[in-house]
Amino acid sequence: MSGKAQPLILALLALLVAALFLVSVLTGPARLGVGESLTALFSGGQDMLALVMREIRLPRAILGLLVGAALGMSGAVLQGFLRNPLAEPGLIGTSASAALGAVLAIHTGLAAAWPLGLPLSALAGAFISVALIVALAGPRGGALALILAGITVSALAGAATSLVLNLSPNPFAASEIVFWMMGSLADRSMLHVWIAAPFIAAGALLLWPTRRALNALTLGEDAAATSGIHLGRLRLMLVLGIALMIGGATAVAGSVGFVGLVVPHVLRRAVGANPARLVPASALGGAAVVLAADIAVRLLMPERDLKLGVLTALVGAPFFLHLVLKTRREGL
Amino acid sequence: MVGRLALAAGLLAGLAHAGAAEPPRRVLSMNLCTDQLAMLLAAPGQLVSVSWLAQDPASSPMAAAARRLPANHASAEEVFLMRPDLVLAGAYTAPDTLRLLQRLDVPVAVFPIENDIAGIRANIARMGKVLGREAQAQAMIADFDADLAALRVDAPGPRPRAALYAANGYTSGSDSLGGQIIALAGFDNLADEMGIRTTGNIPLEVLMLARPDLVIRDRPARGHSRAEELLDHPGLRALAGGGTRMLGAGPEWVCGTPHVLRAVAELRAARQRIGAGK
Repeated sequence: MSGKAQPLILALLALLVAALFLVSVLTGPARLGVGESLTALFSGGQDMLALVMREIRLPRAILGLLVGAALGMSGAVLQGFLRNPLAEPGLIGTSASAALGAVLAIHTGLAAAWPLGLPLSALAGAFISVALIVALAGPRGGALALILAGITVSALAGAATSLVLNLSPNPFAASEIVFWMMGSLADRSMLHVWIAAPFIAAGALLLWPTRRALNALTLGEDAAATSGIHLGRLRLMLVLGIALMIGGATAVAGSVGFVGLVVPHVLRRAVGANPARLVPASALGGAAVVLAADIAVRLLMPERDLKLGVLTALVGAPFFLHLVLKTRREGL
Repeated sequence: MVGRLALAAGLLAGLAHAGAAEPPRRVLSMNLCTDQLAMLLAAPGQLVSVSWLAQDPASSPMAAAARRLPANHASAEEVFLMRPDLVLAGAYTAPDTLRLLQRLDVPVAVFPIENDIAGIRANIARMGKVLGREAQAQAMIADFDADLAALRVDAPGPRPRAALYAANGYTSGSDSLGGQIIALAGFDNLADEMGIRTTGNIPLEVLMLARPDLVIRDRPARGHSRAEELLDHPGLRALAGGGTRMLGAGPEWVCGTPHVLRAVAELRAARQRIGAGK
């Protein structure tokens, strides 16, 4: 596809995200009419219907958009930087480490004492894991080193999260291991939007300028270096940007896997296999996938809080196996 | 379920066989609800241990009394090593633990969940019987009935609507202990309107749009959980701002003991305030 197709793809994706956002706002256990819901949402009134739309439906849709964009964008950037199609924040343990940071903040009381403690602690967890992965399995590390390092980090962070939740005196804490492993947007409020949004936005700002470098990197590190790319600085921006996005998203929604893996792959051909163009497309695509998954969990099991990660894994895991086979055939 | 009933029947048969003539001397309770009934009825020195939950003021209205006894954590090994001659358990006690105790020839009495006033009376009578304290149990039932009758004097006026709201939006309908407390206090239960007879969940937005007169919120336990974060959601605060009264449910809502009457009395007082406000 040519460069001219790019704005069209982005416009179509943006339209899809807008439509899904609207459906998300209109989906909920109280079966409300489309007209009355939208009127209530925009009226700014103080009646109960307006409060339901503003305090329950709207934050959920906004978080679906933000979390999805963070996952999609991080996946595209990681795959471009590591030049490895299997890279993804969930698979390399970033989400699990961010979840550990969030759980530590919540169960030590840090999050209650200081609202910024929650996202900052998740950010710290994510940062340590991305830095570790990039150091262990950087661009020259190969697919196997990346996946093995990712499995190790994931397993360790998951076990530590379970330990913290099992030690909690709260009778519900241990059952919330599922939330941190699978992710959910149920019963979130505007407070969670305010916690996550600045971190995800800051991450996006840091990752956005790395697009040119990602294109240069397709020719190899030496070629990128000769075209004026400062690899050390690039690596730092990338690690920090991904940690900000995944830390912010995971702190409020838990870990949602496979979005960052599947979305860049589905969109790669549409943007002409250009890593720079893949970044905005994947952000929109990720938002669409998480919004759609969050609508689906409410329609499939309205009473049960089915976790987002269950749906994304059901689609993503077979896709991952397909990629592994393809990678083997191509001898990567 | 059938297995559990068969197990309970087997345990009861074993108990009767062990000797109904002499009251047990070392009784151990491993369930929060049997803990309370046993503490209320046992002879001095007869009860040797209660569950650790009974010592937690968040779930037990008799935490102070329970702290004077050694706690157990409802594990078969721990219970067996305390050498009880009778173990009291609830319907939710792990069946494998009970089976293991039965194999070790420890007599076990399993008490069903109390879902209404009749169930509370039956469990008090049964506790009196297994402890050899029938007279005390009869006296307690008589007191309970008298207190209940005093509360039953019906205040005139319409029945306001109340909803129980616990972690994850968990609620209880009329066929549950919580629902019975609500009905006794003269409220209609929102859960019934939603078709929830026993227990179920009400999504927050459905609760908000239903606008009950009273929401009885579970008091958060120690530590933190996402499940209980819901009880702090801005949506609930909006509901309170819109005229719905909020009340905290204390530990007396948990078990079917005479303590439930304290919850009924508190709720009736809330009802009178609602009536006065209208």
